Amino acid sequence: MATEAKPAAPTEDPVKLAEFEARCDRGETIEPKDWMPEKYRRQLTRMMSQHAHSEVVGMLPEGNWITRAPNLRRKMCLIAKVQDEGGHGLYIYCGTETLGTDRAELIDQYLYGTAKYSSIFNYPTLTWADIGVIGWLVDGAAIVNQTMLAHASYGPYARAMIRICKEENFHKRQGYELCATLARGTPAQKAMVQDAVNRWWWPSLMMFGPHDTNSPHSADLLRWKVKQKSNDDLRQRFVNLTVPQAQAIGLTLPDPDLKLDQATGDWKFGEIDWSEFNAVIAGNGPMNRERIAARRKAHEEGAWVREAAAAYAAKHQPAAGQAA
Amino acid sequence: MSTGPNGVGEWPLWEVFTQAPGGKPHEHAGSVHAPDAEIALQNARDVYTRRGEAVSLWVVPSGAIVASAPGDAGPFFDPGNDKPYRHPQFYKTPRGVKVF
Ligand SMILES: [Fe+2]
Ligand SMILES: [Fe+2]
Repeated sequence: MATEAKPAAPTEDPVKLAEFEARCDRGETIEPKDWMPEKYRRQLTRMMSQHAHSEVVGMLPEGNWITRAPNLRRKMCLIAKVQDEGGHGLYIYCGTETLGTDRAELIDQYLYGTAKYSSIFNYPTLTWADIGVIGWLVDGAAIVNQTMLAHASYGPYARAMIRICKEENFHKRQGYELCATLARGTPAQKAMVQDAVNRWWWPSLMMFGPHDTNSPHSADLLRWKVKQKSNDDLRQRFVNLTVPQAQAIGLTLPDPDLKLDQATGDWKFGEIDWSEFNAVIAGNGPMNRERIAARRKAHEEGAWVREAAAAYAAKHQPAAGQAA
Repeated sequence: MSTGPNGVGEWPLWEVFTQAPGGKPHEHAGSVHAPDAEIALQNARDVYTRRGEAVSLWVVPSGAIVASAPGDAGPFFDPGNDKPYRHPQFYKTPRGVKVF
């Protein structure tokens, strides 16, 4: 399919646009062949493909520890989790393709173009405790976001999210269990998990994106019911859920300003270092270059497999190739 | 295999249907790319049935599916929409009768 043109302000038929927005307001599900404004298609393609890329690149920091898992149980859990993340990427690519862009092109935009992925995967996994903290905090934050997206107005996205949410609870629980185990272990183990929490806490809060006042795409996505809650609301929900979980296993969160607001029941937290966030988004996080290099290497070294399978199919089952 | 802007090839697309245990009907799960039917089935198994979600899998070349068009959803489904007498609520039963 042709590369999508990017007109600055697509002019839409005002009647169709009003009808479409009324459908969103009524909470109806938008399906692939329904009429939709070009901007909805573009925003969703960007958001969903970014999400899919994140799932796939997310396999790297955890995959880093598979060979060094301390026992067979943990190793099996970690392999299963990393495999799930690959599956999540595929669910979302499949949903994104229904908007009219081939997966090959989406992956191309990511590996050789300007497509982004979640900032969180540009941090290194320095110790085994990072594996627990990623499951607990990073998957925990993803669950808060994805639970909302399971109600997104675009049917294929919402359905992919429902499938993903069913699997994420395993991810979070195995991580939390790992953290709890280390937290009641030797002083060295406890120090290791506390250090991992200290390093991952703020990047986890950044996963929800910029403040609402500073989030360029938020207004459209909220108006069209792709998102139902703002970045700041989701972040607050995550903090409220996580503070008691940290307390329960005797770990602290690295924020001197963290305190319970009795009136609202919210845990108030300090200001995020947005300069760090912006640097990571701009490609200057600790692991940006390694991540993209590892993904390109995997993609390029797998090329012969894709080509061989296609050649085999063409030789033995010529009918199958006519499908798409 | 279609070729993307930088020579990136992509296998054909297949729609995946899974049947849950317990005599449920097959339901659309999503899609996979695969060069042939056999690999489509294997990919579908790995992507959509990692937790015993299915006892049966169908994969269908996406291009083989014929779908109703959203534009004429109204008129197309009309014959089913104006016949309230097809629903049990259309019929009155005497007050106090519980068998219904
Ligand atoms: Fe995931
Ligand atoms: Fe996950």
